[in-house]
Amino acid sequence: MEEKKNLATREAYGLTLAALAEENDKIVVLDADLAGSTQTAKFAKAAPERFVDCGIAEQDMVGVACGLASCGKTAFLSSFAVFATGRAFEQIRNSVCYGKYNVKVAATHAGITVGEDGGTHQSILDVSLMRSLPGMTVICPADATCTEWAVRAAAELNGPVYLRLGRLAAPAVYEAGQEFTLGKGQLLRTGSDIAIFASGLMVSQALEAAELLAAEGVKAAVVDIHTIKPLDTELVCSLAERCGAVLTVEEHSIIGGLGSAVAETLMEAGISAAFQRVGMKDTFGQSGSPAALLKYYGLDAESIANQAKATLARKK
Amino acid sequence: MLDTIALARTMRQEIIKMLTASASGHPGGSLSATDFLAVLYGEFMNVDPAEPRKADRDRFVLTKGHAAPALYAILALKGFFPMEELANLRKLGSPLQGHPDMHKVPGVDASTGSLGQGLSLACGMALAAKMDGQDYRVYALMGDGEQQEGQVWEAAMFAAHYKLDNLVILLDHNHLQIDGNIADVLNPDPLDEKYRAFGWNVIQIDGHDHEQIRTALAQAREVKGQPTVIIGETVKGKGVSFMENQAGWHGKAPNAEQSAQALAELEG
Ligand SMILES: Cc1ncc(C[n+]2csc(CCOP(=O)(O)OP(=O)(O)O)c2C)c(N)n1
Ligand SMILES: [Mg+2]
Repeated sequence: MEEKKNLATREAYGLTLAALAEENDKIVVLDADLAGSTQTAKFAKAAPERFVDCGIAEQDMVGVACGLASCGKTAFLSSFAVFATGRAFEQIRNSVCYGKYNVKVAATHAGITVGEDGGTHQSILDVSLMRSLPGMTVICPADATCTEWAVRAAAELNGPVYLRLGRLAAPAVYEAGQEFTLGKGQLLRTGSDIAIFASGLMVSQALEAAELLAAEGVKAAVVDIHTIKPLDTELVCSLAERCGAVLTVEEHSIIGGLGSAVAETLMEAGISAAFQRVGMKDTFGQSGSPAALLKYYGLDAESIANQAKATLARKK
Repeated sequence: MLDTIALARTMRQEIIKMLTASASGHPGGSLSATDFLAVLYGEFMNVDPAEPRKADRDRFVLTKGHAAPALYAILALKGFFPMEELANLRKLGSPLQGHPDMHKVPGVDASTGSLGQGLSLACGMALAAKMDGQDYRVYALMGDGEQQEGQVWEAAMFAAHYKLDNLVILLDHNHLQIDGNIADVLNPDPLDEKYRAFGWNVIQIDGHDHEQIRTALAQAREVKGQPTVIIGETVKGKGVSFMENQAGWHGKAPNAEQSAQALAELEG
């Protein structure tokens, strides 16, 4: 995986699965007629006997994955995030999580940068749904390097994991060989004026926003929250307390996702800070190019920088 | 071990006793499924109470999880846990949850309770056996109302497509669901033609006749390249006169007086 600069996280997922096909014969992969899009086709090519196409039947796919897991397999299942977590939510609740199965829901095409397919296909509620499930670990990697770690970490962990992956090429945030720890945020940029907590594709946008802010003399800290659950509450609290202003940025509804998780944490810790969630503001998306959509919904670097300034203005 | 007729009678008595003790639970669908379970566990399931998780065991998925009392009764009688435990059904902290929990009860292979999900799990287990070249078999006990769930037919398609001849559905065709007759609520019949059209080997029997159950289970073992569904014509509440064919006894426990009468009839 040398040429992993600016790969989509779904592509890094497929490549890592293919590598794991050689290394770990317990891994099985299931898909629901989207193997090309989700990139599980790469695994199917490497280990056809351990790839199961379930057809356009996501609910059944989730159950089959559980049955395989109950017989000793490590099951990765993939579809678009809207369908994997929405259509099959109750199966993930009652079959995967209640049964504590070793099943990884690796969903691609999360967020609005799905683009032209429009609102039906843009998954903006999945983190909220998956985060609420007892026993579910939720990981949303920012780039290819982090994805490779996340897929391997998911394979190692015995239990349910939700992997949130994107369609669009993600700017590389990390050097190859970067190490990560499950549940530990990655402080990418230090700063004392405002703390920006971002996940997935928004990490690179937040870093760009921090550059823009720096040009205006604002020192923004940027943290990659790749593990949304369990959340790195220590880092969130210490940084929020130090900065006194907090911005969360996610390609997801502001209801129930990263922003909510950070808000819950800060309130319970009694930390007060100027606080703003950047994300989809209780609205569905629409068709458009990914870049146009990010700008329209205020998720591009410039909009993030502006919202950071507005938040700073409220800082006591 | 008791013969299957005696086993079924004892199971029915235990079901009534545990429901009375918990003052809640589902008698109707437990009593209609009892004979299926008695023959399956009495003569067919390759399981070992001393090693409930042994890798090559046969698997059983109670996809109609509300019939948990029937499963608990047979597992206790087989020695998976002490009979005294049955009195703790549905009590706080008890392993015997209202619907079976695989992490709490030895011998339970899948946690169920949400109808329509179990067949998919059973498919995954059967597929794992194929992948690993193992010859264990997988049994799924389903309700007839449960057939209304869309996921059941996704799984039915899956099982036939992947030629899961190590998979058997025991279909408890008691013609009732909560709101009344399945034919009135949302008719899933004719189930035999549906499963046949989905590529299954279909066997229709009297679901209370042990000899027919035995023959069907043996026959299913011989079929290659196709999953089998054994559709058993059954009576909801079987064995207790006032519960038989009464939708009202789906999810209601007998009081002390009713319980005494039921036990007297079952002693019969
Ligand atoms: C998904 C789901 N919906 C609803 C229920 C509530 N429920 C429990 S039992 C039942 C009726 C089941 O009827 P049937 O499958 O015929 O079972 P049986 O007659 O054998 O008891 C219903 C609707 C449930 N457990 N799961
Ligand atoms: Mg019924």
